[in-house]
Amino acid sequence: MLEEIKTIEAEKRLDKPRANALEHEAIYIIREVAAQFERPVLLFSGGKDSITLVRLAQKAFWPAKIPFPLLHIDTGHNFPETIAFRDRLVEELGVELIVRKVQDSIDQGKVVEETGKYASRNILQTTTLLDAIEELKFDACIGGARRDEEKARAKERIFSVRDDFGQWDEKNQRPELFDMLNGQIEHGQNVRVFPISNWTELDVWSYIQKENIEIPSIYFAHRRKTFLRDGLIWSAEDDVVFRAEDEAVEERTVRFRTVGDMSCTAAVESTADTIDKVVAEIRSSKISERGARIDDKRSEAAMEKRKQQGYF
Amino acid sequence: MQVLKIATAGSVDDGKSTLIGRLLYDTKSLTDDKLEAIEKTSKQKGYDYLDFSLATDGLVAEREQGITIDVAHIYFSTANKSYIIADTPGHVEYTRNMVTGASTSQAAIILIDARKGVIEQTNRHFFINNLLRIKDFVVAINKMDLVGFSEEVYNDIKADFEKLMAKRDYQEQKITFIPVSALKGDNVVNRSENTPWYSGQTLLEHLEAIDLQDIYNEGTPRFPVQYVIRPKTDEFHDFRGFAGKVYGGELSVGDEVVVLPSMTRSKIKNIYFYDEEYQTAPRRSSVTITLKDEVNVSRGDMLVKVGDLPTIDKQLTATVAWMDAENLTAGSKYVVQHGVNKVLAKVDAIEHKIHPDYSGVEENVDALEMNDIAKLRLRLNNPIFYDRFKEHRTNGSFIMIDTRTNNTAGVGFIE
Repeated sequence: MLEEIKTIEAEKRLDKPRANALEHEAIYIIREVAAQFERPVLLFSGGKDSITLVRLAQKAFWPAKIPFPLLHIDTGHNFPETIAFRDRLVEELGVELIVRKVQDSIDQGKVVEETGKYASRNILQTTTLLDAIEELKFDACIGGARRDEEKARAKERIFSVRDDFGQWDEKNQRPELFDMLNGQIEHGQNVRVFPISNWTELDVWSYIQKENIEIPSIYFAHRRKTFLRDGLIWSAEDDVVFRAEDEAVEERTVRFRTVGDMSCTAAVESTADTIDKVVAEIRSSKISERGARIDDKRSEAAMEKRKQQGYF
Repeated sequence: MQVLKIATAGSVDDGKSTLIGRLLYDTKSLTDDKLEAIEKTSKQKGYDYLDFSLATDGLVAEREQGITIDVAHIYFSTANKSYIIADTPGHVEYTRNMVTGASTSQAAIILIDARKGVIEQTNRHFFINNLLRIKDFVVAINKMDLVGFSEEVYNDIKADFEKLMAKRDYQEQKITFIPVSALKGDNVVNRSENTPWYSGQTLLEHLEAIDLQDIYNEGTPRFPVQYVIRPKTDEFHDFRGFAGKVYGGELSVGDEVVVLPSMTRSKIKNIYFYDEEYQTAPRRSSVTITLKDEVNVSRGDMLVKVGDLPTIDKQLTATVAWMDAENLTAGSKYVVQHGVNKVLAKVDAIEHKIHPDYSGVEENVDALEMNDIAKLRLRLNNPIFYDRFKEHRTNGSFIMIDTRTNNTAGVGFIE
């Protein structure tokens, strides 16, 4: 096997474009997590960012397996395509998958389901996540958040310390200098780690393209039953998204640009059915990725508030 | 495409956030929904212009007070380069925040308010950029619209700044002056008609022309081992790979290396990046190296080329920027993290405090407060393998961690 590995001129691939610089930075960060913490975990949502993280983790430890499990906080409102994809991926990688369900938190009475037009389970995830961290004693959670996504994210450190309530103290973050990541924490605290902090949405897509990484089909254009609300296109395939009587169902050719909870992720009209077309579309897009995430539009500080409460 | 990381510096209200917002706006990097949000909020606040700082000030408290509290990272690209700007706050905690922002940047922009000229803080900004060996930096003389785009004002400020430049110890630094109005957009991306007397580049033109190869050149190869990869599978039964990032120069298969601290010699057998094998690992690549011999290597060890040893010592002298609310006192103990290596350290002496406004040093100091800069002597419980910061940005720097709070309390530049 080793003998068969092809030798490539280093300068050709390793030293040049942005994607490579970011890739090497991310791999360095992921290795630091494995080295500095006892119980790290990779937060896996089945979205493109966490899929990218998985590939980076694979690269970081090759030829060994990824030395930590994946944790999926299942809202119960996931796109079925995402779950199928998730299960195939962990099978292939031979890593452990841990699933914790928001439905269980609801059943235990820890959180209450939202009602009404904008009901979403997105915020409820925080409780399930914090419970999982406490139960399984994770000291580092690797997440696929990027600083370009949102203003509060832009402020976040790569190693972001959370207190034993899982809270982010945005005004008192540790300075981060050069490449030195300080993962020293007290028992009970944990660190959220963001290896692709410096990537933009386009970087992620370009990387998926370059690496030929498989992603769930909902990212590509497909026909779907949808309805319109507030100028956004919502999926009408399942009944998890609230739909009023007067919101008419219509079939459209759409794709999803970001894949969160179905109840808060809108689709975009698109005919991009290959990765090349998706990259071209993102390159010329006039709307930011989070423009289709209704939970960020709740207020100017929606994300900051959620992070203070322990959202990843 | 290349990535250029830039740090901004300036005092409160010098217009850093506005400048970045302007860069985003004029390079058409703001998406429609973000622009809409800026327009809406500007109108709500009763401004008669677009408040671009809203694009960067991400925290509630920042928007409430109209100031930047913490470093924000802003991204935009042109056809030529991809930019990451660390927007560092200019007020109270300037030193610590500036050091934080500048430590990962290759270029810096210092803003000066044309109405105020070179002020005490400008000296500090310049001092820190020098301390950090930032090679390329721009002095953006902002708010030119408020001084009638006067060439005389610009020249006076430039002359004042040049007096400062004579005091620096890092002479290779390249400094460029540009008259701008961030609010109105003069000379930021687009050339201004209001400054016919200025024939230089606009800010973006300058940034586009920076040569990154030159900036990244940071010394000789150092390979701190982050993690030892032992798959223990049938296929890779005897595989022992040393994962890490290459700093300084390059490492190649066949290179004779010394493992520090054991001083064992071996040769590089393979260089892997994922399942691909390479002849050479270039600077800043995160590779996995295997050695010809069965040698004992663990995290915190370092591979270097034979004949190119760093200093291996339990004592060091460094310039330290203190960043913690808890004072540093002579005789106290900290964890020193040098790259990925951690050792315990005792502050043997505070030699003197350095005034970052170039007004000299202060002797007989027994404590450092937040934002102080001082020369320290440290004694370590185990040797580290270091270079002087002036010769090696990565291997010449370290952080100091408070053992009680685990906070990153200071950063050091080894002499």
